[in-house]
Amino acid sequence: MKRKDRLWFGLFTMPLFLIFTTVVIIPFIIGIAYSFISWDGIPANPKVFVGLDNYVTIFHDQRFFTSAGNTIKFTLLALISVNLLGLTFSLLVTSGLRTSKLARTLFFMPNLIGGLILGYIWKFIFTDAFKFLGGQTGLDGIFFNWLINPNFALYALVIVFTWQMAGYTMIIYIAGLQGIPDELLEAAKVDGASLWHRLTKITFPLLMPSFTICFFMTLSGAFKIYDVNLSLTNGGPVHSTEMFAMNIFNEIFGYGHYGIGQAKAILFFLIVALVTLTQVVITKKKEVQM
Amino acid sequence: MRRTSKAIASILLALLALIFLSPIYIMLVNSFKTRAELYNNALALPESFSLQYFESAMKKMNFLTVLGNSTFVTVLTVIFVVILSSMTAWMLVRTDNKLSKLMFMAFISTMLIPFQTLMMPLMQVMDWIRTNLHIPMLNTHGGLIFMNVGFHASIAVFLYHGFIKSIPIALEEAATLDGCSKFGVFWRIVFPMLKTITITVAILDVISTWNDYLLPSLTLSDKGLRTIQLSTFYFFGEFTIVWNQAMAGLTLTIIPVVIFYAVAQKYIIKGIAEGAVK
Repeated sequence: MKRKDRLWFGLFTMPLFLIFTTVVIIPFIIGIAYSFISWDGIPANPKVFVGLDNYVTIFHDQRFFTSAGNTIKFTLLALISVNLLGLTFSLLVTSGLRTSKLARTLFFMPNLIGGLILGYIWKFIFTDAFKFLGGQTGLDGIFFNWLINPNFALYALVIVFTWQMAGYTMIIYIAGLQGIPDELLEAAKVDGASLWHRLTKITFPLLMPSFTICFFMTLSGAFKIYDVNLSLTNGGPVHSTEMFAMNIFNEIFGYGHYGIGQAKAILFFLIVALVTLTQVVITKKKEVQM
Repeated sequence: MRRTSKAIASILLALLALIFLSPIYIMLVNSFKTRAELYNNALALPESFSLQYFESAMKKMNFLTVLGNSTFVTVLTVIFVVILSSMTAWMLVRTDNKLSKLMFMAFISTMLIPFQTLMMPLMQVMDWIRTNLHIPMLNTHGGLIFMNVGFHASIAVFLYHGFIKSIPIALEEAATLDGCSKFGVFWRIVFPMLKTITITVAILDVISTWNDYLLPSLTLSDKGLRTIQLSTFYFFGEFTIVWNQAMAGLTLTIIPVVIFYAVAQKYIIKGIAEGAVK
C-alpha cells in the first residue's frame, strides 16, 4: 500500500516538478555559479573563474548606478501615481452611480494589453500627438516630444506604467472596499463624520490588506519593468531611462559580458526580494483586525 | 435635486473613463488616415475609412500566421499548466510528509525570482538539452511552451493548493473505499470541484502568455514561429516612421484582446482579484 501511494505521488507531481526544476531551479543555481565566471557567451571560448571580480566591477559601473537611480526614481513615482489613481477609480466606481460598471470595464482595459504594445501606442502620442497639441494650444511647455528630453522621458514612462496598472490596482481596491460593512460607514455618517473623516478613519485603515497587495504588485512590477521600457524609450535618450532589467539584458546579450551581467542579475534578485519583503512586513504591521 | 446631481455625476464618470481611453482613440483614428492627414491633425476623425493601411500592416506583420502562433502557444501552455499544476497541488495537499512540504516550499520560495535572473542560465540549460539529449528546446513552439509551464508552475500550484485545502476530504475517501484509483478520484471527483480556481488560473495564464515578449524573443528565431508580440517588435524596428501603418498594426494586435475581454469580462475581473488577493 505504501509503495503504491508513493508511485501515485510520483506520477502526479513529477512531470510538473521536473519541468519546474529544469526551467527555474537549475538555471537559478547555475546562474549563481555564472556570476563568478568571466565569459563572452561563445561556447568555444573558455569560462574563467574570477571569484568576486564581477561584483567588484559592478561597483565601478557608472551606467549601472545610473540605471539603479532611474529605477528607484521611477518606482517611487509609479508607486504613488498608480495607487492614487487606482484608489480614486475604485472609490468612484463603488459610489453607486449608474455608469459604474461601464467605467470599471474601461478603466481596466489597458491592463490586458501587453506592455510592448502599450509602449508603442504612447510613443506615437508623446512624439506626434503632443507636438500637434503643443502647436494648436500654444502650451508647448507641456506638449512637446517628451521622449527626447532626458528628464521628461522618465515621467513619460511613469505615465504609461500608471495607465497600464491603475485599473489593475482598482480591481483589488474594489474587492477590499466591498469587504467593508456598509453599517459601519452609515453609523459614522449618522454621527456626523465628514466624507474625508469616514475615508481616513474607517475606509483606509480597513483597506490596509488591499494596500499591502497593491503596493507589492506595483513595487515588483515597476522594479522589473522591461517591455514598456523597450518599446517606449529603449533606454534613451542617452541611458536616461535605462532601468535595471534593461541594463542587465544589455550587459549580457548586448555586450556579451555574461559573467558581469549575471552578477547584476543575482544582485537584482536580492534587491527585488529585499524591497518587496520589507514592504510587505511594513504594511502588514499596519493592518488592523475588525 | 439629488437625482439630477447623481445623473450628472454618472455622466462625468463615463466621460472620465472615455478620456482615460483616449490613447486607444488616437491609435484607432490614425490607422485610417493618410500621412498628410495624420500630420495635419493627429486627433481628428479620419476623412475616409479606408482599410488600406490595415491590409499593408497585416501583410508586413504576417498577421494571420503570428495570430495562429500566439493562439497555439497560449492554449497549449494553459492546458498543460492547468492539468499538471492541479494534479501536483492536489497530491501536495493530500500527502503529509517532508518531501511534499519541501516541494511546496520550492514552488513558493522561487516566486520572487525575476525573469532576468534566470534568462541567461536558462538558455544555457536549454542549449545543453538540445546538444546532449537531442530534444529541440530552442527555436520551437514546444520548447517555449515547456518553459512557459515551468515559469507559471509556482503561482498555479500556489492557487490550487490554497483552494484544495478548503475542500473536505470525505468525498475522496468514500470514492477510494468504492475502489476508485487515485487517478479516478482526482479526475472524476476533485477536478470538477476546482472549476472556479481553474478559471482564475487559466485567465491569469492566458494574459501573461499572450503578452509575453522577452522569453519568446530569446527562444524563437525563425520568422515563421513569431508570436504577435515578437512580430510587433520587428514591425516597429523596420517601419517606425510610417505611423499610420504602425497604428493600423497596433489596432490589429489589440482586436483579439478586446474580443477576449468582451467575452470573458466577468471571469477576467474576478480572476484578477482572486489571483492577487490569495
